[in-house]
Amino acid sequence: MSNPRNEWPLWEVFVRSKAGLDHKHCGSLHAADAPMAIQMARDVYTRRQEGTSIWVVRSEQIVASDPTEKGSLFDPADDKVYRHPTFYELPDELNHM
Amino acid sequence: MYTQAMDLMAREAKPKVVKSAEDLQREEAFEARIDAGDFIEAKDWMPEHYRKTLVRQISQHAHSEIVGMLPEGNWITRAPTLKRKAILLAKVQDEGGHGLYLYAAAETLGTSRDEMTEALLSGKAKYSSIFNYPTLTWADIGVIGWLVDGAAIMNQVPLCRCSYAPYARAMIRVCREESFHQRQGYESLLTMMTHGTAAQKAMVQDAVNRWWWPSLMMFGPADKDSPNSEQSMRWGIKRVTNDQLRQKFVDATIPQADILGVTVPDPALKWNVERDSYDFGEIDWSEFWRVVGGEGPCNRERLAARNKAWDDGAWVRDAALAHARKQAVKMEAA
Amino acid sequence: MDAKTTYVLRLADTCLIHSQRLSEWAGHAPVLEEDLALPNIALDLLGQARALLTHAGQLEGAGRDEDQLAFLREERDYRNIVLVELPNAAASPSDGGGGRDFALTVVRNTAVSIWLELLYGRLQSSLDAELAGIAAKSLKEVRYHRQHSSDWVVRLGDGTDDSKARMQAALNVLWPYFNELFAAEGVDGVGPGWNELEPEWRARWATLMQQATLTLPRESAMQPRGIDGIHSEHMGHMLATMQHLQRSYPGGVW
Repeated sequence: MSNPRNEWPLWEVFVRSKAGLDHKHCGSLHAADAPMAIQMARDVYTRRQEGTSIWVVRSEQIVASDPTEKGSLFDPADDKVYRHPTFYELPDELNHM
Repeated sequence: MYTQAMDLMAREAKPKVVKSAEDLQREEAFEARIDAGDFIEAKDWMPEHYRKTLVRQISQHAHSEIVGMLPEGNWITRAPTLKRKAILLAKVQDEGGHGLYLYAAAETLGTSRDEMTEALLSGKAKYSSIFNYPTLTWADIGVIGWLVDGAAIMNQVPLCRCSYAPYARAMIRVCREESFHQRQGYESLLTMMTHGTAAQKAMVQDAVNRWWWPSLMMFGPADKDSPNSEQSMRWGIKRVTNDQLRQKFVDATIPQADILGVTVPDPALKWNVERDSYDFGEIDWSEFWRVVGGEGPCNRERLAARNKAWDDGAWVRDAALAHARKQAVKMEAA
Repeated sequence: MDAKTTYVLRLADTCLIHSQRLSEWAGHAPVLEEDLALPNIALDLLGQARALLTHAGQLEGAGRDEDQLAFLREERDYRNIVLVELPNAAASPSDGGGGRDFALTVVRNTAVSIWLELLYGRLQSSLDAELAGIAAKSLKEVRYHRQHSSDWVVRLGDGTDDSKARMQAALNVLWPYFNELFAAEGVDGVGPGWNELEPEWRARWATLMQQATLTLPRESAMQPRGIDGIHSEHMGHMLATMQHLQRSYPGGVW
């Protein structure tokens, strides 16, 4: 039975492919902790390039704007980057992370 | 690698809910965006059926990549040269990576990696049935690169323009990496057919004989037997029909077979001058449905292998989480 | 075979055989992200093996290329340490029964990558220019392997009670084989005796054990001699798999 509390957290990955360029969002991955997330991001998203910079961010910590047809750009009630089952459920011990 | 899942989904039960005026308005606006060629992003409003269809298609595409690691992984320790070993290892690694990109794309639609994994391991979710065939010789590896990756590319290139942007972006990344796979497979066969021994050439022909029809089956049922295709075409999830892609594949591949000096096991194969295309024989649809239904040569083994990896790995995943939590508590106490 | 060629071959074969065992993980790792990480290490080691084998073939001067050395030698002519030829499943409680034990793999990866980091570090100043070049490039790679593997040792050693037990069991099984990491003689102008790496290796290992809350096993007197071609009973089976195609298709072109 899948249990969101037992799943490794989701991280969003941003990579700078060359000096002078911005970090670009490439996707996400699951990792248990930050060092693992960085290493995995390297293995997953920079397999074919050298000299990159990698940022990883816990997905639920990203706050996003939500443009709707009604034209109100910043709806505070809808501030997660996408719907994910674990975004709103943090294990108690990690509440302050 | 592609999944035929699109057409094999049971029809979604239409919810017995009266749509509000607002919902109808939103649907109209959504359809207009699709017709205008707009991209849909994760937070955009979308019909529930669109979202469910995509979750199923993307996750089953991801499952295909993961299961696809197994038939090819079977030959890594036996690769005949160090160069071929390196190429195969990199290819299998790429496939894992593709699965990962696709799971990531699916997760933007409200499902989780564990949920999708559970669906695969329990047999509920499907994956491309091409991977339910065994790799019996080294030549199978080259033929998989040539035919199976070739068919996958044909399916995947149109998906780079899928209306759902996270999927389209994942597909662009996948397609960039996939072209190396097909080229390497073909080059391996060309080397054996051009410079190899008679025994090697026979091995190649035997592999083609076994993988030709399963490769054609990768394009799914005939159009007349694919009732759900129409909705997916309207929504920009599917861009080209099964039969169109299958024909395109045959037309592109036969000249490649000629260069290799191999034949395909189809007595009905014949160039049709009027259509400017190849006529080819009928697929054995009973085999197709048998394999899709779980009774192919390797279905049980593939799932068993994935279940074993998952079960054997539980202690690792649990320990990593436990360690992370311990560290967090320590940091807090400091 | 002269001492110089033997020295290089011992390193080349160790990378080759270690890569072979690691490649068995592709498609079977505990989590998808490791299905990328472990093949990444295997690929790096394979690249190192290819460069070193090619160089050994040149030193030998008998016209053997990387594939002839990798696929056509007899078992007694391989010079890898026994540690890397052991199967991925230990004969211990930590073995899930399926032939792949993640605990054993991360312990072995860490031991070998710390060792390679030290050895390549020294070989950067080898008077053999080719070897020095290979060492400089490989050093970057093994540093990453060491970081990845030792992070896992800490996570699993200090994870759950179950993971600690499995890690300790794997360590107890592998411990005697670590002795061979320090067994090979040096060759003037080429590279140091492996014994010179021992104090630093043991110091780093002790620190890691502390972080991982694992216990150092008692000293073992075992003296494996894979570097002299005296292998375990696992080696023959591995080579039978690895060499099968080349031997079945003599003269084949791939």
